[in-house]
Amino acid sequence: MPLIVFMLLVVVLAIGLTLNPRLVPSPLIGKPAPQFELPLLNGNGVLTQETFKGNVTLLNVWASWCFACRQEHEAIKWLANKGVRVIGFNYKDQVADATQWLHDLGNPYTAVISDLDGRAGIEWGVYGAPETFIIDHRGIIRDKRIGPVDEVYIRERLMPLLEQLHKEMQASTG
Amino acid sequence: MKKYILIVCGLLLTTQVLADPVVTFKFDTPEREALFHKLGNELRCLVCQNQSIADSNAGLAKDLRTEIYEMIEAGKSESQIIDFMVARYGDYVLYRPPFKLQTALLWLGPMLVFLLGVFFALKLIRGQRKVPADTEISASERARLHDLQAQSRDLK
Repeated sequence: MPLIVFMLLVVVLAIGLTLNPRLVPSPLIGKPAPQFELPLLNGNGVLTQETFKGNVTLLNVWASWCFACRQEHEAIKWLANKGVRVIGFNYKDQVADATQWLHDLGNPYTAVISDLDGRAGIEWGVYGAPETFIIDHRGIIRDKRIGPVDEVYIRERLMPLLEQLHKEMQASTG
Repeated sequence: MKKYILIVCGLLLTTQVLADPVVTFKFDTPEREALFHKLGNELRCLVCQNQSIADSNAGLAKDLRTEIYEMIEAGKSESQIIDFMVARYGDYVLYRPPFKLQTALLWLGPMLVFLLGVFFALKLIRGQRKVPADTEISASERARLHDLQAQSRDLK
């Protein structure tokens, strides 16, 4: 009997140890995207949550100071090349640094909004970069990726979800 | 030796003044300031998860302190501010998450482990209390015991 209890304890602790405490599930999943009005990084106007209406969108939170964003950038570019609409959310960055970063690494984004003081980031529950939100055509947040978007995530989660969201969009528009 | 103890005591005292991240905030009333401290200590910093928002020097913790400060100065209540944080970051920001299905194991787990411990402790104690049935000693054993007792008296 004590052996069984010990084994159970080992199993429970093993699960606990292998979970990543940094992956905090977002309470925003299933909810409408928070309201915001943020300037575009290039200075040509502003964007609001209305931009999500009628399109399946990835909102990719990144910053020039963020090393993992550099790592994930190839994956974001690959997705954009596949026709996925990706909007960049430049989080707590400097306009000049961010612009230079995009110039150096390539700009896959349909648009880049800039949240210099991180105020809008709080509305989105952002607590680091990179983070990526998947938003459906009604503007509802459907998934959140914390940490870099990688091959495994794209293959196992993102692609099936995007396919489903596109179907939902087609069904609603007829 | 005394000198070293004094030095150690002095060093222990210094930790108190290491960081006071609240200095930049001015409050209208002491109640608001008290609420600010209370919230700062009850909310977890998501970047450095073993620190509260009040303790942490992470950029996000600073932003959230500002956010909380502004909400307090705007007259928001404690529960309004907590709801604001939970709506964005989930129950995880609370050091004392509410009791619900997802957090049941968190709240009841320690109690379960404790009860298991009590169960096994009782089992162990009961097991020890069982006295062997054969407590009688034979006549020869009694004689030997008598001898041993006599010897031990001689030694004293």
